[in-house]
Amino acid sequence: MLPTLGGRIQTRLWLLAVIGGLVTLIIGPVLPVSAPLGTVYRDNFLILAAIAVLGIGWECLYHLVMQWRWEKDWPTLFGLVTVVPEGLLVWVLLRAGAIPGIQGTVPAPAYVIDLLAVWLSVWLVANGPMRVPFIRWRFHGGRLV
Amino acid sequence: MTDQPTELSGADTGQAQPATIQYARPPAAVAEARGAGDLTDALIAADQWTDEMVTAAGIPVTDVPFVSVGGGIGSFVTVDYLRIAGVAPNRMAVLSNLDFPWQTYKYLTRVSQIPEPERIRSDSASRPDNIWGFPSYALAEAVTERTVAPLWQVLIEPIWADYYTPKAGRVFAGLERERKRIGYDQMLVKGQVRMIRKRAGGGYFVILTPMVGSAATKRLAYRAEFVHVAVGYPGLKFLPELQDFRTEHQDFHHVVSAYEEHEHVYETARTKHIVVMLRGGGIVASRVLQRLMDDRAKYGLSTEIVHLFRTYIATSHGPNAWNRRKGGNGFAYQGFNYPKSVWGGQLKARMRKLEGTDRADAYKLMGGTNTPWRRRWQAQMNDGRAAGWYRTMAGTVEQMRLEDGKIVSTVKTSAGLVDVAADFVIDCTGLEADIAEHRVLADLLEHSGVGRNPVGRLDVERTFELRGAGSGPGVMYASGATTLGGYFPGVDTFLGLQVAAQEIVDDLARRGFCHRIGTLRSVRQWVRWAQNKTP
Repeated sequence: MLPTLGGRIQTRLWLLAVIGGLVTLIIGPVLPVSAPLGTVYRDNFLILAAIAVLGIGWECLYHLVMQWRWEKDWPTLFGLVTVVPEGLLVWVLLRAGAIPGIQGTVPAPAYVIDLLAVWLSVWLVANGPMRVPFIRWRFHGGRLV
Repeated sequence: MTDQPTELSGADTGQAQPATIQYARPPAAVAEARGAGDLTDALIAADQWTDEMVTAAGIPVTDVPFVSVGGGIGSFVTVDYLRIAGVAPNRMAVLSNLDFPWQTYKYLTRVSQIPEPERIRSDSASRPDNIWGFPSYALAEAVTERTVAPLWQVLIEPIWADYYTPKAGRVFAGLERERKRIGYDQMLVKGQVRMIRKRAGGGYFVILTPMVGSAATKRLAYRAEFVHVAVGYPGLKFLPELQDFRTEHQDFHHVVSAYEEHEHVYETARTKHIVVMLRGGGIVASRVLQRLMDDRAKYGLSTEIVHLFRTYIATSHGPNAWNRRKGGNGFAYQGFNYPKSVWGGQLKARMRKLEGTDRADAYKLMGGTNTPWRRRWQAQMNDGRAAGWYRTMAGTVEQMRLEDGKIVSTVKTSAGLVDVAADFVIDCTGLEADIAEHRVLADLLEHSGVGRNPVGRLDVERTFELRGAGSGPGVMYASGATTLGGYFPGVDTFLGLQVAAQEIVDDLARRGFCHRIGTLRSVRQWVRWAQNKTP
């Protein structure tokens, strides 16, 4: 999929909500966290929401970077490695207590496992299976509506 | 909705009109034998035909709601989409002189030096045999050949690896499978389409000259509500000086087009030292160059290559930092024939809004002759430059003459006139003829009301409906190379044909001809594709 700015944002929000939500639900019980499952889910979904909301800003930045590319494309690998800056930013905000609603402390291993599982799933779906239910998606710059 | 015949209604005009569209495609009914079954002067002259005129000419008429003219990959992709949108094979006809949709493509790839094991210039997810592009060619290759190499290449392309592109043989095999799955042969009618004319009361007549001995009359008529024109390239042109040389000397051996059989050039190179002059800087020039360089290395040949560029690209080029294309050593470098985002990203969205000269200017900016930057080709050319057997020149040819069995081209360069002697000249420019060179298109331009777009090809709407060709409730669409210059660039590519097909099928769904492919149908149909079951 070759993204437009609107398409990037729509795709991110949809994939994080649906695929990210599913992965978070599945992975919650096995994360190395000594807290009640309700708290784990609450914290992880808040982190997911933070990635989604902050991602709107990130997508604007990516869109700007993309303008220097003649093809106006976004290579597959870029979609994967952007987990590093995005994950670091959320981690810093988490440590600073800047993500509202988080209860207790989220251990680093649990954060990394959850983040990577969500990111990898979203990236894999975006690079193939997404085209099956949404046949117009790839021709519309990633827009779903 | 889909399985019901659509009928032309006379309600709007206040006069009764016959239903042209029938559910099934009945055998052609021989009209009252008043004419000889051939075109009459009255038919040839009239922009619009009545049923009676065709009947009077004795031309048998077959009713079929949707007719695709061409029968190449453009027709195939469109009827594939329609089959997936629920249209039965007996509601469509593909009129073509091709035995199978990729016949011309296969010929052109072969002669332009892409045999089946070689890779074409197309994206991993551009699959004309799979409207979803999933699994991609790279994934399919990884699974069938048990290697992660294609997936790794897709992961790191285009920065750390060349773009992944599928092998021609894999593309053909996929098309063959899909042809059988959708029952393509049930829709195919062999023959040469002669013309398409509007029908009084709505719809169209498509006149087919059937294969010799296959019909009792010289012509057959197809009466359709919807017509799709996908006739491909109107024709190829030689560079004028090459054409003049060929005509004057009747020499079709030493001056050849890369798009025609020219294996004798490579065979000669294996028997003696030769000098080959290449003309053009596009993908075909790269392919021919590769073949010459491969053979040189493989058989230890001494072939020399002089590569003449009319427009020599020395470095990156473009109006500003946001529009700068890579270039060097004569070539403009680009992964595919347009920047990738014309097939779905921001350039597609932008072009969709441009009109007139703005659109023509945008085409100029991102078009032009270009070729991919491939590591292997770069290494081979670097070797050739270093050893002196590969030389590039910039200029135009003023004159060509025969001298001591060599073809001497007088090249006008920035340093003056230079004579270059070569044993063979290979024209890789791929100049395309005007659309009016194609008989069916010329007839359309003269009789149907269609016009030309800002770059001179057929003028289509965003839905690929041909502007000015509407006939009552009937609609004529066009896709492929003949529509280059429209709101969507990249029309003459696998993915471009699918973009067009999707727009056409969505438009036909709005008109009630087929289902709109929504999420559920799409998923269900993909499962059927994966199981190789009929749509």
